Amino acid sequence: MKLAHWMYAGPAHIGTLRVASSSKNVHAIMHAPLGDDYFNVMRSMLERERDFTPATASTVDRHVLARGSQEKVVDNVLRKDKEERPDLIILTPTCTSSILQEDLQNFADRASIISDSNVIFADVDHYRVNELQAADRTLEQVVRYYLDRSHRQETLDQSVTDAPSANLIGIFTLGFHNQHDCRELRRLLRDLDIEMNQVIPEGGSVEDLKNLPKAWLNLIPYREVGLMTAMYFEKEFGMPYISTIPMGAVDMAECIRQIQRYVNTLAHISSSKEVDYEPYIDGQTRFVSQAAWFSRSIDCQNLTGKETVVFGDATHAASITKIPAREMGIRVSYTGTYCENDAEWFKEQIQGFCDEILITDDHIKVGDMIARAEPSALFGTQMERHIGKRLDIPRGVISSPVHIQNFSLGYRPFLGYEGTNQIADPVYNTFALGMEDHLLDIFGGHDTKEIMTKSSSTDIGPIWNSESRLELSKIPRFARSKVERNTEQFARQKGIVNITVEVMYAAKEVLNA
Amino acid sequence: MSMKISENLTFECETGNYHTFCPISCVSWLYQKIEDSSFLVVGTKTCGYFLQNALGVMIFAEPRYAMAELEEGDISAQLNDYEELKRLCIRIGKDRDPSVIIWIGTCTTEIIKMDLEGMAPKLECEMGIPIVVARANGLDYAFTQGEDTVLAAMVHRCLGQESSVREQNGIIRNSFSFSSPEKEEELVEDENHPPLVLFGSLPSDVVSQPNPELKRQSVKVSGWLPAQKYTDLPSLVDGVYVCGVNPFLSRTATTLVRRDKCELIVAPFPIGPDGTRAWIEKICPVFGIETEGLEEREERIWEGLKDYPDLIRGKSAFFMGDNILEVSLARFLIRCGMIVDEIGIPYIDKRYQAAELALLRDTCIRMCVPIPRIVEKPDNYNQIRRMRELQPDLAITGMAHANPLEARGIGTKWSVEFTSAQIHGFANARDVLELVTRPLRRNDNLEDLGRTAPVRRDNKL
Repeated sequence: MKLAHWMYAGPAHIGTLRVASSSKNVHAIMHAPLGDDYFNVMRSMLERERDFTPATASTVDRHVLARGSQEKVVDNVLRKDKEERPDLIILTPTCTSSILQEDLQNFADRASIISDSNVIFADVDHYRVNELQAADRTLEQVVRYYLDRSHRQETLDQSVTDAPSANLIGIFTLGFHNQHDCRELRRLLRDLDIEMNQVIPEGGSVEDLKNLPKAWLNLIPYREVGLMTAMYFEKEFGMPYISTIPMGAVDMAECIRQIQRYVNTLAHISSSKEVDYEPYIDGQTRFVSQAAWFSRSIDCQNLTGKETVVFGDATHAASITKIPAREMGIRVSYTGTYCENDAEWFKEQIQGFCDEILITDDHIKVGDMIARAEPSALFGTQMERHIGKRLDIPRGVISSPVHIQNFSLGYRPFLGYEGTNQIADPVYNTFALGMEDHLLDIFGGHDTKEIMTKSSSTDIGPIWNSESRLELSKIPRFARSKVERNTEQFARQKGIVNITVEVMYAAKEVLNA
Repeated sequence: MSMKISENLTFECETGNYHTFCPISCVSWLYQKIEDSSFLVVGTKTCGYFLQNALGVMIFAEPRYAMAELEEGDISAQLNDYEELKRLCIRIGKDRDPSVIIWIGTCTTEIIKMDLEGMAPKLECEMGIPIVVARANGLDYAFTQGEDTVLAAMVHRCLGQESSVREQNGIIRNSFSFSSPEKEEELVEDENHPPLVLFGSLPSDVVSQPNPELKRQSVKVSGWLPAQKYTDLPSLVDGVYVCGVNPFLSRTATTLVRRDKCELIVAPFPIGPDGTRAWIEKICPVFGIETEGLEEREERIWEGLKDYPDLIRGKSAFFMGDNILEVSLARFLIRCGMIVDEIGIPYIDKRYQAAELALLRDTCIRMCVPIPRIVEKPDNYNQIRRMRELQPDLAITGMAHANPLEARGIGTKWSVEFTSAQIHGFANARDVLELVTRPLRRNDNLEDLGRTAPVRRDNKL
């Protein structure tokens, strides 16, 4: 048993549901008790989804405990098959079904014989993998299922496209700024004259998965999800993949150079012409991305040697460590990730860019680390944002888990050349705000509240007795002054001198205090 | 009474494929209510993830609740449950010094048959902190029923043995305080009628509203379950009268009646001015008290509300059902002039809700509207199909369906808000209507915004 208040990565089934609901016309059926469909709330709220989330539960209740699910799961699959006509139904295990040890694979097999939809059982173990690992695994499983099927049906066309093309793997729902990143990478490929073959799983149709091998290469923008799929393609079809994260000016250039290398290798075979992306990298770095110029500017000079702490998922924490350290001259005193399963890769990536490394999923350890480091600014998840608030350290959010405010309506990619601008802004703003605060403190601070209240209290108000004073103190702080004002106003109108609890309620009834 | 109801009201039962919150969510309001408590949810990452996301910012305030997250070793019994729980509880005791630790059993503890009820008394002895066990799991219960399981478990702590402990504490406390004469005075006042204890967790400033309301009728409330502090739990002895303030507390009611031989006053719930009046009118006669000026008071409240019913009169509402407040809310809205198409509800205890159901029927007759169908364990998919037919003006629903319904041109109100807003008593009737009319007022404001067609006009669901 572990005492926990907060977790960075969710349970496994969330990962499977994220992959399922990202794809077009795929439905997930959870084998779960009532209330485990909270995923639908998150998707509907955070993504502000206009459509019903294609995930339902085959409810586990007392009857299931006593007698097993029996026909229930199969019936629910068949019902969904009739109602929604999905291409694919993914039967999703949860922590509950992990312990019940029912043969869900068997249910899925039986249902797939009768239903028109394809049915698979998501092969994830609740107690072994987290949300991100499960998403990675499920994506690979779905892709493998469809490619194996077309292989059997001999409909698999292994010829590559004439012009250079790429798949984008790992963009999906509830991912940190994924939608914006996807748009940015589309633009990048268009600029490089590379066709976008497919984006999976977001918005992709499972029936199109058989066309994935037509691309020249796979692009894996995030470390956490998509790598398993890319490795599968490399092994089965010899497709190269690029897993350099296209975040920050330096890694962008590195990523584009890798694309160039693979495109040119294949160009020889398919008699396309060779490409040279160097002028593009140069132009983008100097004129589209402001980040390189920002590093030379006097603003950024002022940040030299300032200290920061970074924490997040492997992808974002590694990149956001490298960007300030390498591109802005900021000192990163600690960097950490909660992706414990990918610790080796993470350590290798940030070698030499930060003083110390912390690999943990315990937010208390992270809090202690931040308190110890006393950085000028802090970049992390929502949790670090709150730690920063408590310790009065300026903070920016750079990674999941996040809140609704991080699903911005405006265009905010983290990847690509526009991404470099979008990262430079919050980094600079976070430090600058901290500086401003510091100066205000030095020069006597902000307007003081006493002055405000003194000038506005012109007359002597009605008197609160101790009971009503206590009552007032129970009202949440944000509403208290309004209630106080309205009650006093009411009392004045009625000529009441002493405010009692009864007067408060009378005022509320009349004024909606 | 139940005979009469079934003549007029129809109850249906569907598949139970509906969205609701897991009952462990009761932790979020109970830990705030019971100030000296500490909650320990014994479950998996799934439970933790739900709480973390559902509670939002409250998580960061370092609340007095935590997860005992079960790991593979716990599931396969490689680790000793008792030793593990002891380790965590000792830490909680050290960090927070609570007056009570409440263990929330979950689906997982049910399935692996972890004997929480057996371990609690043993650990309680060893540690010297009371440990209350509530099995608020998704296998058996929905959302607000979580509170029901916790309060039912607490009933046992209001008994003789416990109270003698509290009396001792009281003596110690009183010897240091100068307020004891006042206390005696209150006790004398009690003599007019047998003690009345109200049950149901309400925000602290709402709790103090029914008190003066009943005081006006010279009814004295001797205690609340739960109280602001665990150490102030009311003492329950034979012959205490009890009355519920929320419709989802049937288990607590049953426990009070069976275990403690309390007299249950079956009344409608004090939601809306009509409900509040009916609630008081059921309580007073029990003590042989005639109500005074209640009718005028209700009239005055309605008078103050009259701008709202104008907004909703003749509009239709559809309750998808997830928190068991549905019958009371529907009854109030019908009284305001709305037409309710369907009352979805997770579970309905027809005995505990008898008076409320009767009031619903009477209200429908009075307002000349058809009695809505009551659907227990609804099926959300079927409900959405019915909504496509009915095109209600307002759907009261969970967040999973709210945005998709709005995108299809159906105004929605998030049902969870009714559980956290103040909706009880005369003074809060306005708050309920404020919530209900918000989507309608918003739509009025946006009426002319057709230009970009943000929602589907054909209303296809």
